[in-house]
Amino acid sequence: MTVSPVVPAPSGGLPSSGPASGGRVGGGLLDPRQLVRALPDAFRKLNPVTLWRNPVMLIVEVGAVFTTGLAVADPTGFAWAITVWLWLTVLFANLAEAVAEGRGKAQAATLRQAKRDTVATRLTGWSPGARPGAYREEAVAAAELRHGDVVLVEAGQVIPGDGDVVEGIASVDESAITGESAPVIRESGGDRSAVTGGTKVLSDRIVVRITQQPGQSFIDRMIGLVEGANRQKTPNEIALNILLAALTVIFLMAVVTLQPLAIFSKGFQGAAPDTAAINSDGVTGIVLVSLLVCLIPTTIGALLSAIGIAGMDRLVQRNVLAMSGRAVEAAGDVNTLLLDKTGTITLGNRQAAEFVPVDGVTAEQVADAAQLASLADETPEGRSVVVLAKNAYGLRERSGLAGSDFGAGRSGEDRNVPFTAQTRMSGVDLAPEATVDGGPSGAARRVRKGAAAAVMKWVRDNGGHPTDQVGDIVDGISGGGGTPLVVAEHLDGEPARTLGVIHLKDVVKSGMRERFDEMRRMGIRTVMITGDNPRTAKAIADEAGVDDFLAEATPEDKLALIRREQEGGRLVAMTGDGTNDAPALAQADVGVAMNTGTTAAKEAGNMVDLDSDPTKLIEIVEIGKQLLITRGALTTFSIANDIAKYFAIIPAMFAGIYPSLDALNIMRLSSPESAILAAVVFNAIVIVVLIPLALRGVRYRPSSASTLLTRNLWLYGLGGIVAPFVGIKILDLLISLIPGIS
Amino acid sequence: MSTTTAGIILVASLAVVLTAVYKPFGDYLYRVVAGTRHSRVERGIYRLIGVDAKAEQSWGTYARSVLAFSLISLLFLYAFLRLQDRLWLSLGFDAVPDHIAWNTAVSFVTNTNWQAYSGESTMGHLVQMAGLAVQNFVSAAVGIAVAVALVRGFARSRTDQLGNFWVDLVRIALRVLLPIAVLGTIVLMIGGVVQNLSGGTDVTTVAGGTQTITGGPVASQEVIKELGTNGGGFYNANSSHPFENPTTWTNWFELLLILVIPFSLPRVFGRMVGQNRQGYAIVAVMAILAIVSVTLTNVFELTGDGAVPQAVGAAMEGKEARFGVSNSATFAAVTTLTSTGAVNSFHDSFTPLGGMMPLVNMMLGEVAPGGVGAGLYGMLILAVITVFVAGLMVGRTPEYVGKKIGAREIKFASLYFLITPMLVLIGTAAAFATGNNSTALNVGPHGLTEVLYAFTSASNNNGSAFAGITVNTPWWDTALGLCMLLGRFLPIIFVLGLAGALARQRPVPASAGTLPTHRPLFVGMLAGVTVILVALTFLPALALGPLAEGL
Repeated sequence: MTVSPVVPAPSGGLPSSGPASGGRVGGGLLDPRQLVRALPDAFRKLNPVTLWRNPVMLIVEVGAVFTTGLAVADPTGFAWAITVWLWLTVLFANLAEAVAEGRGKAQAATLRQAKRDTVATRLTGWSPGARPGAYREEAVAAAELRHGDVVLVEAGQVIPGDGDVVEGIASVDESAITGESAPVIRESGGDRSAVTGGTKVLSDRIVVRITQQPGQSFIDRMIGLVEGANRQKTPNEIALNILLAALTVIFLMAVVTLQPLAIFSKGFQGAAPDTAAINSDGVTGIVLVSLLVCLIPTTIGALLSAIGIAGMDRLVQRNVLAMSGRAVEAAGDVNTLLLDKTGTITLGNRQAAEFVPVDGVTAEQVADAAQLASLADETPEGRSVVVLAKNAYGLRERSGLAGSDFGAGRSGEDRNVPFTAQTRMSGVDLAPEATVDGGPSGAARRVRKGAAAAVMKWVRDNGGHPTDQVGDIVDGISGGGGTPLVVAEHLDGEPARTLGVIHLKDVVKSGMRERFDEMRRMGIRTVMITGDNPRTAKAIADEAGVDDFLAEATPEDKLALIRREQEGGRLVAMTGDGTNDAPALAQADVGVAMNTGTTAAKEAGNMVDLDSDPTKLIEIVEIGKQLLITRGALTTFSIANDIAKYFAIIPAMFAGIYPSLDALNIMRLSSPESAILAAVVFNAIVIVVLIPLALRGVRYRPSSASTLLTRNLWLYGLGGIVAPFVGIKILDLLISLIPGIS
Repeated sequence: MSTTTAGIILVASLAVVLTAVYKPFGDYLYRVVAGTRHSRVERGIYRLIGVDAKAEQSWGTYARSVLAFSLISLLFLYAFLRLQDRLWLSLGFDAVPDHIAWNTAVSFVTNTNWQAYSGESTMGHLVQMAGLAVQNFVSAAVGIAVAVALVRGFARSRTDQLGNFWVDLVRIALRVLLPIAVLGTIVLMIGGVVQNLSGGTDVTTVAGGTQTITGGPVASQEVIKELGTNGGGFYNANSSHPFENPTTWTNWFELLLILVIPFSLPRVFGRMVGQNRQGYAIVAVMAILAIVSVTLTNVFELTGDGAVPQAVGAAMEGKEARFGVSNSATFAAVTTLTSTGAVNSFHDSFTPLGGMMPLVNMMLGEVAPGGVGAGLYGMLILAVITVFVAGLMVGRTPEYVGKKIGAREIKFASLYFLITPMLVLIGTAAAFATGNNSTALNVGPHGLTEVLYAFTSASNNNGSAFAGITVNTPWWDTALGLCMLLGRFLPIIFVLGLAGALARQRPVPASAGTLPTHRPLFVGMLAGVTVILVALTFLPALALGPLAEGL
């Protein structure tokens, strides 16, 4: 079975950005074909029952129905032109929403491929360690699996549902959900036990306990999310809708109550000729509806839901699944970011940076001993010691004493002492060098390297006395944020002695300091979470440029920190993957679980990062902000547009009665009909023109609130005032060329 | 000294004095509403009305207290007016007819002071003093109390307690309004405003006719009329009457009384939320709008075209010679920028655009600086709406002085903002649809302005009369009474609801990502939003009225 990645590779200048790309939020490009594909949906959405959710556009539709009636009763070119454009206004609004939804639908279709009907092997009566035969195997359809069922999945089979591995280890192809083709390891116990339905086991066999109810798998939820099927309005969207509804009511009032005043005025100037806009019955229905549609905030009303859907979509493009729109908005509001040191701020592992000898020992000797002691240490730190010794001192790997090959020519067995959590050190016991006759020559040598306290104890236990100097070096390295590993040796018959110290350093990812400076300008405090001791933590915090750090952090500390921040009214975002992160993830306002993490973590968080890249939290915040800014900018633009429309429509309506009002016709529009039509057409076209902006989101660069406001106010406020003057004038020039309108 | 120079000196000297008292008087107001000690008189009052001064109220209780108090005031005043002929000092006047009594009772309880009657020929001294003047005090105190409750909503966190209405009411009346009123009365008496209980003096005029000159407790009522931004004159001619406002300096002093509380209340806001700069920002918006409006009114009046104004140098029709054009124009602007509704000239006689300015001032929602209390809460509501749109543009859930503006908050703010325009527009349309506009003296655009002005004034609780329209018919009394009542108490309920929603919240600490609401950019934006929202709502109506006439 081949499953293509859910998420097409980012294209069109949309780097799935890490810190290196500067983290600018980009958006998707609008393919004109998408518009065409969305058309049928746009027509379907004309159904008033669907449109009910969008009161502003519902009013436009009611107006369009009304003018259609009027145009049928009294067919003039003007009436039909207005009617057609009113219908187009509604259609364009539907189109915006349909296009936004269409992108999600494409993704959902790919996901569904993964969710094909699979047959599961259910084990009844299975218990850990049970021998085959002690339980019953039966084949059932994956859709029938319930929470708690245990299934067996073997190489080549598709995992039938979300669950935890309870026995075995296997490599799993998760490209169906992550788009990442490299297989991952899933094993029972620990933080890598969660498996997702629809992914495929490549090797070995595992027993999985299902943790989902039918129809509620991760893929089901993903499909729901990207399709926007059960999209609920987010808190800020609800608030904005209330404001738009209030504005709509006010304009409705302003237009409806105008009629008695117009009749009175027309009666007063009885000699004034009737026009297409006004006669003795007052303002004509066509013009009144036109005025209303131009005034109510149709632009933002049309694009509001598209903006919301597109915001979620932008997250999906970055392989982040938000379980609710609320979380996306909250991301924009975040005041405090909790970032795990390892993997987010620093490269995954510490690396040896220096060998510091004690007096009477050369650095080369330390390097040599350290390398020996690390040969059996397969941890990344251990390997980095070997590499540093080779690079800095030309010591070949696997080289033993006096240039002899390790293990060769000894009088006895050499023994590796691997690192364990209990001893906290590793090393090697070298047998005495062999003499020609095979007897021992010289002393047996034992070398150790490890945590300072552990190694120093070992030295003391073997009759040595670590000098104060060692303590000073260790403290110096710790104080500088490094991790000291003490190297010691013990020759048979002599007291053990310390040789020196290996300086392990955390390597801060490049570009992080700039990123945190940006965060600070955005008003976001960054807190580094680490298990290191406070001095080490402080040094790294200083180097990376975070605002604060939490050292020696336990899951409880994390939770307490989040509570404390929230107590102060701040919103907190964090990432996590382990089961012990779950409480903190649940408590945080934005909790991003890594896809590699446990089911518990994924359930607790409100977003899942399929790439399992903790740095992405920063991008999520930017996307949240961009979503809100897009809404605010288009609302401002929409309201600012009304000014120009008034200058078009009011003189068009009333200059026939009171010629002095022609002074308001500052655009010098050619005729009342063309002025009104131009305003209506502009009002409709601006929706289509702004669809790409709504889907892409306005350009966002991390900066202070003042800077953002100034920029957006000029662009969308002043732009919103000026643009329609220009647009309506141009449209009027075009319309005046059409015979029968003016 | 030219009229223009005089006008500039008038405005500039007021601005200087208001600037000087902003801090000390604002701080005094803050201490009055934030203090915890009660004087002996106050304790006596609390015992009398059975109020536990220490107990605080939720927004619902606070609102019910406001409504209950206002309802009792309304019923009491109505009965008072209806029973006038049986009480002392009635000067022989009859009971006030029912529709006028209803209209007047509503008018004074709502701090509107729309007068469908002529004071000196309808009301006796007792009704003027114990009925109308008392409402001048308490309706003003109610407005300030509600504003303070809203500010508490911003200032407090995680509580439903907004203070105690009865304590606020008593303190504001006793510690702020009463002392200033006493001092102001003396100043006005020195300035020549009458203060007696005379039943009227018959005099023989120069032409040989006889005239009854009504005296009365004018100075004491005049002072609270201005201080409480009420505007209900003792005389029908209001502040153009020489017994109410004899000289240009009493005119100046009355303007100061009108402006001093509304312009100082933002200080209370700043103090209570712990950021004085927020108060400065609000007062700056008020000042900018006020200065622009006063300037435009003066320009329109001084440069008004038409044969007569040009012949005499300016539009003097309907203006007192002792005040001149500029003092009249400024007085018209100031009384409508606040909710005072006093007049010292006849707005109906202003140039079309000059007459439009008072109308627009009221349409702004009377927020620059607005009525006592009402101006502050009106402006804060506009600030909430501005923050909502602007806040989105900085990429955060909008917040104002640390409080998030979410669905609940924007709901109350929107409802508040809806009420008055709806009342104005529906009322005006109803008058034309039912033919009740026929009581206007004029036809055409000017007649339309007269009707529009009446509903704008009543719905915004201003009480300013454009004149040129007869409004003491039952239809007008009822319609305007409803506008006043709904235009006062529905917004108050929404303001208190907003206060309740805000007080529940935990404040969000400010950061670099927070929209700064004390900078010039925000001040300009708030002023812009105020003007644009009003322009968008009322432009069609204005086009058929003053604009048709004046352009």
